[in-house]
Amino acid sequence: MTVRTDLRADATAALVASRSLPPGGGWIMPARADALRRLRAMGVPQKRDEYWRFTDPGSLVAPLPLPAEPMAPEDGEAFEGLEALRVVFTDGVFDPAASDDLALAGVEIDRLAAVAEADGHWAQDLFGVLEREGQMPVPRPLAALNTAFAPDGILIRVTGDPGRPIHIVQRHVAAASDAMLHHVVRVEPGARLTLLTSGPAAARLNKVIEVDVAEGGVFHHVRMQGRDHGRRAATHLFARVAARADFRSFTLTFNGALTRNEAIVTLAGDEARAHVAGASVGDGEFHHDDTVFVTHAAEACESRQVFKKVLRHGAVGVFQGKILVRPGAQKTDGYQLSQALLLDERSQFLAKPELEIYADDVKCSHGSTAGALDPDALFYLRSRGVTEAEAKNLLTLAFLREALDEIADERLAEDLSRRLEAWLRRRS
Amino acid sequence: MLEIKNLHVELEEEGKPILRGLDLRVEAGRVHAIMGPNGSGKSTLSYVLAGREGYAVTEGSVTLDGRDLLALEPEERAAAGLFLAFQYPVEIPGVGNMTFLRTALNAQRKARGEEEISSADFLRLVRDRARALNIDAEMLKRSVNVGFSGGEKKRNEILQMAVLQPRMCVLDETDSGLDVDAMRLVADGVNALRDEGRAFLVITHYQRLLDHIVPDVVHILADGRIVRSGGPELAREVETNGYADILAGAA
Ligand SMILES: Nc1ncnc2c1ncn2[C@@H]1O[C@H](COP(=O)(O)OP(=O)(O)OP(=O)(O)O)[C@@H](O)[C@H]1O
Ligand SMILES: [Mg+2]
Repeated sequence: MTVRTDLRADATAALVASRSLPPGGGWIMPARADALRRLRAMGVPQKRDEYWRFTDPGSLVAPLPLPAEPMAPEDGEAFEGLEALRVVFTDGVFDPAASDDLALAGVEIDRLAAVAEADGHWAQDLFGVLEREGQMPVPRPLAALNTAFAPDGILIRVTGDPGRPIHIVQRHVAAASDAMLHHVVRVEPGARLTLLTSGPAAARLNKVIEVDVAEGGVFHHVRMQGRDHGRRAATHLFARVAARADFRSFTLTFNGALTRNEAIVTLAGDEARAHVAGASVGDGEFHHDDTVFVTHAAEACESRQVFKKVLRHGAVGVFQGKILVRPGAQKTDGYQLSQALLLDERSQFLAKPELEIYADDVKCSHGSTAGALDPDALFYLRSRGVTEAEAKNLLTLAFLREALDEIADERLAEDLSRRLEAWLRRRS
Repeated sequence: MLEIKNLHVELEEEGKPILRGLDLRVEAGRVHAIMGPNGSGKSTLSYVLAGREGYAVTEGSVTLDGRDLLALEPEERAAAGLFLAFQYPVEIPGVGNMTFLRTALNAQRKARGEEEISSADFLRLVRDRARALNIDAEMLKRSVNVGFSGGEKKRNEILQMAVLQPRMCVLDETDSGLDVDAMRLVADGVNALRDEGRAFLVITHYQRLLDHIVPDVVHILADGRIVRSGGPELAREVETNGYADILAGAA
């Protein structure tokens, strides 16, 4: 026991010593100092922690990242051709030449690094706040680390309907880059925003997004991670969803040596809705972990978790999903589905679905399965002349369809679906 | 066209013999019917022809136009012109009917060195064939066989056959579960495809289908062998007397 505590303390000290607090003497200072204090108190995650039993956090907390070769984007950049305001980060560093002007009707956009010296900013009520609230009941040290040390990110306040998405493009160029980004989004009552994020970002990425959706607001997040094989990422998405607001987040992940995507969502007002979904495909050295924690803290809210993984050649998929229904959160409608398609016997899926319910008038269901392609369906397709490879691809896409259906915007869904098809084709 | 010689087949896992020396020869332009008691091996024969896994051929041969059919993958058999209308068509959630049909048709064309069909021609072809089978556009939009009634599934099999235009068509109890009108539609669909270059092997339990699709030859399959062959009158004999006399005669 003491030995373990020491290991954690040593690892935490080594990591903290390798960083320096970014510049920013203004409103942000207390938030960063608080996060650093919290990080020191909880310590970095260890392999033996219950919350990390399926995913070794070692490479995420080491002072230096493991290098990862950037790949050329064969299919072009994600969401290409789509009208969007583009904000580009290369290896975690803002790239003004490649980015659009940060101006969009109905939206205030600032760069974190550019406003960190100011005395005050609207984001100070949220920056590190949703993250701190999300540390209960399970500590998330990598998110506290991010709040303390992330030098940059985007702060978005939406007051209207900008009519086009904001697209954060994350390029990876340097083989040993180590990026940390912290974004904050506030959707004012009745306002709406679609936020797209794409790209491998860096050899190692630690990202936090804090999203506060006010009454009747709409926030849709569509993310594409990939395709660099060696990249590693720990991301946290903290969301607070007010009454009658609509929150959706969808993530498509290609490749990556290690990805841990945490989504911590609280339904804070009556009749709010939150859908968190993901599709991930990986081959060989691929470890993908979706860890989701949805809290129903108000009445008549609806939550959905739909996660699908396609694993082959020894790839590993992890799902830890929880629905917590607080006392008084009556008429909760909670749904959780996690499924893995194992394309060979070496691949594995580790799942821990959980329900914790403290209200009596509640409808909650969860299901988790892992299996191979249906041999009858495969034979049926082949008996009509479809080649074995193509039949497998058709069935694999069909398996992922249910997750892709969670994307509200059909054009985005189609774009991602085409990329999945291309990914599968390249491998067959 | 199709020539089956002394075919012995057993279940791979259990080693249980199902077909025990089956001989059958179907010439181009002909319709052969196979009847036989439940469990006699009719579906097994159709699956072995189509190349389904799980069956071991321990003896004998099957050729299609002189080519060794058993050496081919299922998709190669389809490209060579073989088609099986399944006794139990498979549901495939998430794969749209149209995508499925187009993928299948183009895969077969490609395997034969032909060009892909244009979208417009494909749509026209499918609409035309679907109309004849009374299959509405809504059904085509859905996932393959998902939510289809038993009869709709069978009609969908015939639609696939009409679109893919195979040369050797094996129909495994396509009539079972069909109402009278649907059976007529299916029979019309089959008859529309009958020509000199095409052959049919129709597996059925009922004389009624054979009133519409009049066979040239009727075979009785029992215990893994063809025990008797004859003209259409043999089917009528089964309809009135059952199999007892025929089996006794064969023994
Ligand atoms: N996959 C299997 N596993 C176990 N037994 C099987 C399997 N496939 C076929 N059989 C057995 O083989 C025998 C022949 O089955 P088959 O389905 O070919 O009969 P059939 O003539 O088509 O019958 P029906 O008229 O009922 O459709 C039966 O005894 C059946 O139980
Ligand atoms: Mg049968």
